Amino acid sequence: MKTLKIEELSKNFGTTEVLRKINLEIDEGNFLVLLGPSGCGKSTLLNIIAGLETINEGNVFIDDYNVSKVEPKDRNIAMVFQSYALYPSMNVRENMIFGLKQAKTSKDKIAEQLEKVSTFLQVDKLLERKPSQLSGGQRQRVAIGRALVREPRIFLFDEPLSNLDAKLRVEMRREIKKLHQQLKTTVVYVTHDQTEAMSLGTKIAIMNHGVIQQNDTPENIYNKPSNTFVADFIGSPSMNLIKGKLIHNSNNICFIAEGSNLKVPINNYDFKEKSDLNNKELYFGIRPEHIYFKKLNEEDYDISLRADLSEYIGHEQIVTLDYSNQEILAKFPSNIKIELEKEMKLYFDLRHTSLFDLKTKERL
Amino acid sequence: MQDNLQQSSYKDLEQKSKYTNMFLRWFLYFVLILFASYFIFPLYVMIVTSLKTMEEIRQGTLLTWPSSLNFDSWLVAWGGRGYGAGDTFLRPYFWNSIKMVVPAVFFSTFIGAMTGYVLTKWRFKGDQWVFLFLLFGCFIPFQAILLPMARTLGTLGISNSVVGLVLVHTVYGIPFTTLFFRNYYISVPTELVKAARIDGAGFFKIFFKILLPISAPIIVVTVIWQFTQIWNDFLFGSTFSFGEAAPIQVALNNMVLSSTSVKEYNVDMASAIIAGIPTLIVYVLAGKYFIRGLTSGAVKG
Repeated sequence: MKTLKIEELSKNFGTTEVLRKINLEIDEGNFLVLLGPSGCGKSTLLNIIAGLETINEGNVFIDDYNVSKVEPKDRNIAMVFQSYALYPSMNVRENMIFGLKQAKTSKDKIAEQLEKVSTFLQVDKLLERKPSQLSGGQRQRVAIGRALVREPRIFLFDEPLSNLDAKLRVEMRREIKKLHQQLKTTVVYVTHDQTEAMSLGTKIAIMNHGVIQQNDTPENIYNKPSNTFVADFIGSPSMNLIKGKLIHNSNNICFIAEGSNLKVPINNYDFKEKSDLNNKELYFGIRPEHIYFKKLNEEDYDISLRADLSEYIGHEQIVTLDYSNQEILAKFPSNIKIELEKEMKLYFDLRHTSLFDLKTKERL
Repeated sequence: MQDNLQQSSYKDLEQKSKYTNMFLRWFLYFVLILFASYFIFPLYVMIVTSLKTMEEIRQGTLLTWPSSLNFDSWLVAWGGRGYGAGDTFLRPYFWNSIKMVVPAVFFSTFIGAMTGYVLTKWRFKGDQWVFLFLLFGCFIPFQAILLPMARTLGTLGISNSVVGLVLVHTVYGIPFTTLFFRNYYISVPTELVKAARIDGAGFFKIFFKILLPISAPIIVVTVIWQFTQIWNDFLFGSTFSFGEAAPIQVALNNMVLSSTSVKEYNVDMASAIIAGIPTLIVYVLAGKYFIRGLTSGAVKG
């Protein structure tokens, strides 16, 4: 039984296609992050799961029960919004129990739930306050509390941290993670922040233009991006994509960048399909953090590149390098002294490369 | 040496700007007082005149202070002289106006709030058009609809009655009240409505429990606006009612224009003030919210 299943779901606003044939499944207790740039349809998808938006095609199942036409309140879900959406005229207590009262829960049960959740979230001292008298973090906690008291099957979070300042955001992120570890409820979480997605999710679904690009664990998303969009979206700075082609002769597979004659051996790359590789045009992807200053592994490939620019960002520096007229970035510890305008010896970690077809942009 | 020169010239400049500022400030006060007296002058004349006897009015000038505080003309304006036919006084018409204004303000405000709520939080296809046509109602000159409205009231059998006036004012208030509430609710985050829907609240519950409690500023604005409009209306009042059913503005007109004998300026002035007092009271009581409500709208969640 899947806690949440989305089947062939499509959604248009007028003539604009927002979601196209979405398929998604979540097992009990998972933390799924919907990640993507603004306008990719992730919030619409969340609203559809909540029942706040109608569906054009496809179905949504919660616990194998088709809820596509079920009212939001009957879907056994709870949602936390970006603006918190606390009812301004009610105090914290009334805010938290509003849903239970609507559902005609008994007074004893309401009191019990309120007591449990408010102590758990440490808002029990704030119950009489109005939302306007709370700080950002407290509002966030009350909003989560309002969702918690209903004991839903699925928690929906719509960019809940983006209204907080940087420091508080990191704090609340950790609290949400802790919360999920303790409660083990299924969560669907929408964000455009990759750090949030990576640190919170057990699964990440990356979306672009209404299509899920990759739905996988954070590790796989980072190490084995399924196309150039994912490769480019995840990581900061994002993955270097070097244009070039493959040479495949007898037992050797090499990559040659455009305008270069340097042969990078990639025999150990895990190809999906190992046929028809000779002369294939492609992108060679390597993350800035996988270009080393010192040889770390036996297989590291050594290469001489000219450094053009160095950006100091505290614990590390980002160096712009020239690879046969293609700009690539590398990340080094900031204590290394870089001489600009000079060739220097570097090492590519070939275990962490990704290859993408130049035309389809898909992973090879 | 150079430094000293520099310093003294700064001092001069400082002194100079001080005098300029002082002059400008006094000039500003002068202009403000001038305008204030210009606006307060008619009110002063009205009050003073209403407290004088006719004798005094004939002998003195507009500005002379009354010899004694004489409220007789106020009593006459409100309650009449007590002799039978032809004695017009404001009291019954004042109550007519109250009976007209209170329900008309209530219904037009309430309906406007509902419409604004639907147009912003329950968007439907073509809702912009509905809003556009409603806005259109704000710009229609009321003279243009007098005849069709008279027919309508006649058909409904409520012409020349307070009920008819309530209907007219409610209908013609809705475009304005809708505009006010729509513009207010559009800045209320729609996530509030979504959250309430997930919590299981329906259309009316969300309106009454979530939105209406945070609408105080705009309700005040709307009530002041509608109260002033309806209370001061003469056109609809004089067209759709006469005799006993007339509102106070119509009665005031009849009183001032129909006096057969000598013009009693003191009674006229007192009547005019009485007819204006309710709107003044509403402004004094709720005025500070008026500006606040007009300019604000954002609700901190």
